[in-house]
Amino acid sequence: MNWLTDLKEKFILNFVEKSRYRYLLDGLGNTLIITLLSVMLGVVIGVIVASVRSTYDKNSEAWKRRGGVFHVFMKAVNRLCHIYITVIRGTPVVVQLMILYCVILASSRNDLLVAVLAFGINSGAYVAEIIRGGIMSIDNGQFEAGRSLGFNYMQTMIYIIIPQVFKNILPALLNEFIALLKETSVAGYVGIMDLTKGGDTIRGVTYSSFMPLLAVALIYLVIVVILTKLVSVVERKLRKNER
Amino acid sequence: MSGKVIIDVKDLKKYYNDGAVKALDGVTTQIKEGEVVVIIGPSGSGKSTFLRSLNMLEYPTSGSIKVDGADITAPTADLNLHRRKMGMVFQHFNLFPHMTVMGNLTAAPRKLLKKSREEAESYALSLLKRVGLADRADAYPSQLSGGQKQRIAIVRALCMQPEVMLFDEPTSALDPEMVGEVLDVMKDLAKAGMTMVVVTHEMGFAREVASRVIFMDGGVMIEENTPSELFGSPKSDRLKSFLNKVL
Repeated sequence: MNWLTDLKEKFILNFVEKSRYRYLLDGLGNTLIITLLSVMLGVVIGVIVASVRSTYDKNSEAWKRRGGVFHVFMKAVNRLCHIYITVIRGTPVVVQLMILYCVILASSRNDLLVAVLAFGINSGAYVAEIIRGGIMSIDNGQFEAGRSLGFNYMQTMIYIIIPQVFKNILPALLNEFIALLKETSVAGYVGIMDLTKGGDTIRGVTYSSFMPLLAVALIYLVIVVILTKLVSVVERKLRKNER
Repeated sequence: MSGKVIIDVKDLKKYYNDGAVKALDGVTTQIKEGEVVVIIGPSGSGKSTFLRSLNMLEYPTSGSIKVDGADITAPTADLNLHRRKMGMVFQHFNLFPHMTVMGNLTAAPRKLLKKSREEAESYALSLLKRVGLADRADAYPSQLSGGQKQRIAIVRALCMQPEVMLFDEPTSALDPEMVGEVLDVMKDLAKAGMTMVVVTHEMGFAREVASRVIFMDGGVMIEENTPSELFGSPKSDRLKSFLNKVL
């Protein structure tokens, strides 16, 4: 039973001695805070960007007919949103995080806030495309039916389109949040004590890799499994309402 | 049939791709109160584009459409107000899948006409009875047959108490055995004096119900006449060859 005592010793060394488990616990706390706040920021950005993009898609012809600066203005805003999505989705999140940390907000002292901004801005692009895809996937006949009854664009969206979109995209949104949770593991790049960095710190002082990394991986896995379960429950609920 | 003119269309044109495709190439006609106008023609002839223009679901390139004297093609026209007066029935029904039948029927009257729930529902129910679907008020669209869906779609448009009803190939997406039930509802509607513009391939319906039949091809109206004249003694060669193919 030599290996068992060995394992026990390693466990004590990595987690119990000098309360090293605190690194993991504090790291997990930071990971969850960053994830939660960037999810919220991502949803806000995503909803705004998706609204601009899909409103432009559906109304630009009407605006053009009416003429004036409004159409030109919306065209510019729409273009801006498009660039945002292209840039964010076209570059790695680590690079975005570093640019924000080292260049744009180099003077900021609040690392956590910088991380939330970086991950939120990143997630926003994906959320926007999920929402826009959901809106585009609704048959145009639904828009036309709404408009032909006399609903204006906003009313058509609120009463007819959004309820259908919401059902369709909820699973994709939750999956995006799961992905985001795992992506925050690169926060250590800018010195934030997240879960991954916590494990790394233990590894640095105990010179043993196996235990801390396994623990970190397990914690991520447990959270993701719980969230995935949640997604499937939500999915089943939605399908039941569909009839 | 000498009622007042409800819809007055002048030289309506709809071009796509800077004029490369001419869906409508100068359509002029008038639709009077109580008229049932049936538009026939080969696919791609512009008949659906014309119908959709009447509701401004397509923006015409040029020309004018006056409804009750007001030009709805003007950029300043209040299309939402205009569309309330024009009921539209689509080929693919376009019922709202997340609402029950009653929800579909009462959403617009409640939100736009500010009817109370009871008022909107009792009116919807009376119309549902007329089309024989009063027992399906609580069903969801996915639980209905195609024919039932289209009858509900007609009722949904009627719930807004429109002046004119537009039908865009209402029976084209239906199984053959369900065409009759939808046409019967439309016939009842015509008999009740509703002004209707119908794009259809149902020549029997045109013959029986239409007060006027318009034959369109290549984005223009080739011939328009009473059904007996148009079907009995077609004048243009294009109409003759079209009728030869479909009859």
